[in-house]
Amino acid sequence: MSDGPPDHPTRPGSRVVIGLLRRRREQIAQRWADLPLFLAVFTVTRDEAVEACHAVVDSLVEVGESGRVDDLEAPGFHPIREQLVSMTASRGRSGLSIGQVDREVGALRDAVLELLGAESADLDAEDVAEARVYMVTLLATLRVVVIETMLQENQEIVARQRQQLLEMATPVIKLWDRLVAVPLIGMLDSARSQVVMENLLEAIVEHNATVAILDITGVPTVDSLVAQHLMKTVASARLMGAECVISGIRPAIAQTIVQLGLDLGPVTTRATIADALQWALERDRRGELPAPAARSSAHRTGT
Amino acid sequence: MTRATEEPLRLPIRRDTDLTVVRQHVRSAAQRLGFGLVQQTKVVTAASELARNTLLHGGGGEAEIRVLHGESGPGLSVSFVDSGPGIPDVGMALTDGYSTAGGLGMGLSGSKRLVQDFAIDSSAEQGTRVTITAWSDPFAARRGVR
Amino acid sequence: MTGTSPIPVIDLGGLLLISVRGELEDDEAVVLQTDVTDAVARTGSRGLIIDISALDVVDSFLARVLAEVALASRLLAARTVLVGMRPAVAITLVELGLALEGMTTARTVVDAAAGFGVTLTAADAAEQGSP
Repeated sequence: MSDGPPDHPTRPGSRVVIGLLRRRREQIAQRWADLPLFLAVFTVTRDEAVEACHAVVDSLVEVGESGRVDDLEAPGFHPIREQLVSMTASRGRSGLSIGQVDREVGALRDAVLELLGAESADLDAEDVAEARVYMVTLLATLRVVVIETMLQENQEIVARQRQQLLEMATPVIKLWDRLVAVPLIGMLDSARSQVVMENLLEAIVEHNATVAILDITGVPTVDSLVAQHLMKTVASARLMGAECVISGIRPAIAQTIVQLGLDLGPVTTRATIADALQWALERDRRGELPAPAARSSAHRTGT
Repeated sequence: MTRATEEPLRLPIRRDTDLTVVRQHVRSAAQRLGFGLVQQTKVVTAASELARNTLLHGGGGEAEIRVLHGESGPGLSVSFVDSGPGIPDVGMALTDGYSTAGGLGMGLSGSKRLVQDFAIDSSAEQGTRVTITAWSDPFAARRGVR
Repeated sequence: MTGTSPIPVIDLGGLLLISVRGELEDDEAVVLQTDVTDAVARTGSRGLIIDISALDVVDSFLARVLAEVALASRLLAARTVLVGMRPAVAITLVELGLALEGMTTARTVVDAAAGFGVTLTAADAAEQGSP
């Protein structure tokens, strides 16, 4: 008899399971290799699949011996993490959802439980019961490890895509002599707003622009944070000697701005890019000062 | 987890011309670490503000520049240390528009906005230590991305 | 180097032009302030164009110096135009809360001059060492 919690490596249930996994390593691997989870992934040779199964069995043995059958972070799982990443990625590419992949991992359990049943004849009923619980727990933990692996992969994909979206040049268009426009599309978070602002200001330098049209037709909502980003962009452009016009203010947006009491400051706004362009051209035709802050009625010493 | 390099680069802040030296070192460190131009400018500007504070209000002192290695990339930590009279009301000094000696008063609160972390320790006995931290990727640092 | 302004003040006939070079010590900035204000008074110019396209950093001290120059010039009946600010500097000043609302700005020296009804060609501007 041994002391310790049920999953302690010296408990009979644990020893049965660990012993089974060791002795029946080949058999288990051969059975698993025919299951969809391995079969569909290792399509070149069956030996490859069997190899992979061996690695999983060995990993389970290691986890069992560490007594951490409930622990996702058990070091025993580390050797197969890479393998699990590529296997699940492959299943994912075949169109399976996380739930479907999870069911395939769950199917690994039956083969092992069958083998356990075959050996139970010589064992104490209590020990068999303990062994079953132990085995089921161990394999359940494996399932969760696989799910966690898939979720983390997804997170990394999302992060990569987010970065790509940021880097995709926010197109700044030269509309006319010394006039640039940037059509903003999508939600404007801090990171994106910063990229947009930097791109716009660089374009002002590149095209020697004195007017920049910021079109927000494609921006779904304007809250105080977005308004703040817009105002910073307008203020920065102004410091550089370019005036901004904000176009694409839909009625709903206009209402939101009023209701939130957002102060857009002394900036010109228009409903459409066309209107903004017209404003810019008329201003140009009238030969107005390119220096935008000429209407500095806000001068500290008063006029 | 953030690792700092062992010994910081120490620069004296004793005279007007030292401000330029501090700016130059912060600029070249930020460039070397791959900071974008805007991030470079922000941290150099903050360093300029705080170095001048050390000179004008702290009776002179020194700057310590440290390179950091964070989870989302490299960063810079710059400390401004003096054994001056200390800032009597840090809270008030951190509000916009507060000013002594006829400045525009944006020194502390403005600098705070330019960087990702801002720590200040000030007393009449110990003097003042202001430490700013800027990361090459400020948005990843904010998201806590690994 | 103190006591002498390293920055030449160029008289365009009614307009003054200064190009601020890259590294400016605090005391040099103060000397610049004095020299420029003197020049505005002496020449009776109606306009002052300050080209800061060579500056990669403008902190609150320099911003104050520039604001004071503009203020003093205004009292001397001259309008000041700030020209050629770099994007990173603009972004930083806005973040510092120093959007210099009272200041007139322009993209280029030519634009600034045009604001005073003076036509400079790009060649004129280049001659003075400005964009």
